[in-house]
Amino acid sequence: MSTDTAAAHRAVEAVWRIESARIIAGLARLVADVGLAEELAQDALVAALEQWPAQGMPANPGAWLMLTGRHRAIDRIRRDERLAGKLALLGRDLAAAQPAAPAEFDAVLDEDKIDDDLLRLMFVACHPVLPVEGRIALTLRLLGGLTTEEIARGFLAAEPAIAKRIVRAKRTLADRQVPFEVPPAADRPARLASVLEVIYLVFNEGYSAMAGDDWMRPALCGEALRLGRVLAGLMPAEPEVHGLAALMEIQASRIPARLSPEGLPVPLPEQNRGRWDQLLIRRGFTALLRAEQLARPPGPYVLQAAIAACHARARAAADTDWRQIAALYAALGACSPSPVVELNRAVAVAMADGPEQGLRIIDALAGEPVLAGYHHLPSVRGDLLARLGRHPEAAGEFRRAAELTRNIPERTVLLRRAAECDARS
Amino acid sequence: MRFLMTVNGGGRPPDEQLYAEMGRFVEELSRAGVLLATGGLDQGTHVTATGGHITLTDGPFTESKEVIVSFALIDVRSREEAVELARRFWKIVGDGEGDIRQVFGPEG
Repeated sequence: MSTDTAAAHRAVEAVWRIESARIIAGLARLVADVGLAEELAQDALVAALEQWPAQGMPANPGAWLMLTGRHRAIDRIRRDERLAGKLALLGRDLAAAQPAAPAEFDAVLDEDKIDDDLLRLMFVACHPVLPVEGRIALTLRLLGGLTTEEIARGFLAAEPAIAKRIVRAKRTLADRQVPFEVPPAADRPARLASVLEVIYLVFNEGYSAMAGDDWMRPALCGEALRLGRVLAGLMPAEPEVHGLAALMEIQASRIPARLSPEGLPVPLPEQNRGRWDQLLIRRGFTALLRAEQLARPPGPYVLQAAIAACHARARAAADTDWRQIAALYAALGACSPSPVVELNRAVAVAMADGPEQGLRIIDALAGEPVLAGYHHLPSVRGDLLARLGRHPEAAGEFRRAAELTRNIPERTVLLRRAAECDARS
Repeated sequence: MRFLMTVNGGGRPPDEQLYAEMGRFVEELSRAGVLLATGGLDQGTHVTATGGHITLTDGPFTESKEVIVSFALIDVRSREEAVELARRFWKIVGDGEGDIRQVFGPEG
């Protein structure tokens, strides 16, 4: 391939990245099948790769792709009686699908309709009939426009495994006849929770990337952020949607500060706050404000975002409003009870009221089966014991935490702390 | 990746239609999670630092096409995406010139 052709292909792919989710969503409305819609959209991409480099980019590349996809869809419906029958059952006919007049050309990219379709696509990709990893792969594929190879690199998985996951997810949606729709009001809270969970899982996968990882891993944070922002535009009346967006913006603001020059994780209080990205923090505050203005009881994402905002507001670690954070963790524990939340509350209480108070909460958690293999429990306990001057006990806790973590940089930090406690014993 | 897109002069004189089209474009980019910040700039003050001495010169400047009049900070996945968005922007604005430059840091 000549360099010119390669550049032309990259330009086509950029358009694809920008437009693919909307095109797939629009086609899915037409053929009532997300998997088929993606195939048709891919056909349109192939046509673009063949034609644009030679003939030049069309004036409206998004509409071109959508129209080409539509034509392929209509061809397919004509050839495939089963599909035609299914669509007839859904009350759709070819006349409705056929862009007849030039006016229809503009309607192809009718913003409101496309927005609705995009939202439907999000709900379907995150449908609970799919296993969580299937939801994640399908979301990145259909809404992020990522290739199978990119998803595999992002999740440190083999490409065939991801391909299989996507194929299986599409088949499940077709077999179970999952309708291409925004769920009815009664199902919406649970279904929205699944969408938010998928986006946040993608974000966390990217956030856990270590120095030297494939660049596709940290790029997952960007994908999740973008999906969160898009969703906030599509569902502006849902506080939790803004809460998730706020949480991710604020957490992403710390990315430049969270690893030391040697690639070790830097705990929040020790991070150089001058490196926090103020632009993202401000965007996070704006999103959080939007959630709060909706004046509904805060859900788990809004509360987590509010906690993240407390940290972001503190110019120095010593200025952190730990009492407020402890109260927010208590509220979070009340709306989604979890020993991990309780552990975090213990940290905040220890900062606000002293290590003994925190230790009291942690010791009440000692028997929690959920925390049995969780290295943060001994690690936090070690920290509080060290602050109380109980260095030999603290060293033991840090070693136990080091044994439990599989993250090597984290282990290095824990063993270092154990050695420091030994020295002071 | 972040890119700073600038308009360095030119463009058709703004009228209601331009404002409307631009408003739509800006909204679309915001909703797509792409646009981080945007704004117009005044004629400004030119700063020259020489050997610790600072000289300030107020605009307007004669070489006006080198003066940035507006900017958009965008968050995209590749340079090609930035170029594609610039293409759409200039289709609305008309004749003129600008730059597309990648912004390094403070992103991790």
